[in-house]
Amino acid sequence: MPKIITPKQAAQLVPPGASVMFGGFMGCGNAHKTIAELAALGVGELTMICNDAGMPNGPDGKPHYGVAQLVHNRQIRKIVASHVGLNPEVAEQMNAGTLEAVLIPQGSLAEMIRAGGAGLGGILTPTGYGTIVQEASHVHSVVEIDGRHYLLERPLKADFAVISGYKVDRAGNVWYKGTARNFSQVMATAARTVIAEADQLVDIGEIEPEAVMTPGILVDYIVSEEGA
Amino acid sequence: MDKNELKKFVAARTAKELKDGDVVNLGIGLPTMIPAFLSADVHVTFQSENGIVGTDPKPDPTSLEPIYVTDAGGRPAMVACGGSYIDSAASFGLIRGGHVDATILGALEVDREGNLANWIIPGKMVPGMGGAMDLVVGAKTVIVAMEHTAKGQPKIFDRCRLPLTAVQCVNLIITEMAVIRITPEGPSLEEFNPEFSLEDIQAATATKLLISNSVRPMV
Repeated sequence: MPKIITPKQAAQLVPPGASVMFGGFMGCGNAHKTIAELAALGVGELTMICNDAGMPNGPDGKPHYGVAQLVHNRQIRKIVASHVGLNPEVAEQMNAGTLEAVLIPQGSLAEMIRAGGAGLGGILTPTGYGTIVQEASHVHSVVEIDGRHYLLERPLKADFAVISGYKVDRAGNVWYKGTARNFSQVMATAARTVIAEADQLVDIGEIEPEAVMTPGILVDYIVSEEGA
Repeated sequence: MDKNELKKFVAARTAKELKDGDVVNLGIGLPTMIPAFLSADVHVTFQSENGIVGTDPKPDPTSLEPIYVTDAGGRPAMVACGGSYIDSAASFGLIRGGHVDATILGALEVDREGNLANWIIPGKMVPGMGGAMDLVVGAKTVIVAMEHTAKGQPKIFDRCRLPLTAVQCVNLIITEMAVIRITPEGPSLEEFNPEFSLEDIQAATATKLLISNSVRPMV
C-alpha cells in the first residue's frame, strides 16, 4: 500500500538534480500543493518533464500558476516540454543561458512517456519528419516503412512523477476529473517513484474498479493533508 | 475591412468547409471564431488535444470549473452533452490515427507544396510546437485560415523560409482575399473576394497561382 504523506514531506523526497515528470496542462492537473512545497523548499537543478511551463497567472488571479512557480524560482535547469510560450520567464532564462529547453511535439511527448512506462524501446511517429525535430537527440533515426517516413523516438523515463487526482483511494487508485488527467496517466507508469496528490483521499471501494484510471500499484506515495 | 471584420470574414468562409458529423480541431486565434458561423444543420464535434472529445463551443459561463477543465489554450472550457474526456496519449492517438476530419489553424508561412511553418521564428520567438506538428500530420484535412499578408508582406511562398511544422501537409488556404487549394500542380485559386482583382491577389502572394477552371467569387 502506498504511504500517505503531507505535501511538504512529498517535496522533501525530491533531491536536487532529480528528473521529475509533472502531470498537467497549462496548470490544469498540476499537483498544486506539492509544487507549492517544492517551491518553498527551493530544491534546484531539476529536469522538469511537463507539457508546458505553467501560466503567468492562475484562474484565481494569483501569479505563477502550477509549475510556473518552479521556473520563477529558477529551480529548473532543463525543461522537456511541447510548449513554453505562455510563460515568458522561460524565454528570459533561455536567453540568459540558465535554462535549457527541449521542445517535443505534444503527441510524441505523450507517446515517448508511454513507451518509457510500457517497456517499449521507442515509438515510430510520422510527426516531425522533415522538420528540425528530426535532428534532436531524442530521435534515434528516420525509418521508412512501406513508403512512409517515421521518426524513431526514444522512450522517456524520470526519477519522479508528480501527479494529481481528484479522487485517490487508500490503495493509490486514481480518478481524474475533466481535462486534469492529460499527461498524468502515462507519467504514472514512467517514473521510478510516483507521487499522487489527492484532492480527495477516499476509502477503498469509493472509486469503482472500472473507473480507476491509474491503478494503485503504480503509486508509491499519496499526498494528503491527512499524512504524517 | 478592419482586423476584426477580416477575421470574421475568414472564419465565416472556413465554417462552410465543415460537414455535418465532422470531428474538428481548432487552433488558437481566428479558428476559435468558426463555431459561431456554422449553419444550424451542421453538427460538428470539436476536439481539444488536451483531452476533450466534444468541446462545448458556447459553454455556460456559470458552469465553468477552470481548475479541472480547460481547452488546449489553457482557457476555461466545458465538454458538450455527449462528449468525453480522454488522456493525452489517447487524444493524440485520435489525431495521428486519422480520426480527426479537419484541423484548422493559422500560419506564419505556407508554400506551394503545402509545407507549413507556424511554430518558431529562430532568435525571436520559440514558443514550442505544442500539438501542431501532430495535428497537421494526422488530420484528414488541414486548413490554414489566416490573413493573406502580414504587415503587407506575403505569407504564401515558393518555399517556406522558417523552420517547418510539417512537409506537404496543407490542403486548403482561406484568407480575406482568396481560397487556394494546394494541388500536385501547385496552388490553385478557387475563389476570390470580389473586393480584390486577381492581380491584387497574385501581387500579395509570393508564388505563382494557378487559376482554377471553376474559379468563382467567395461567398
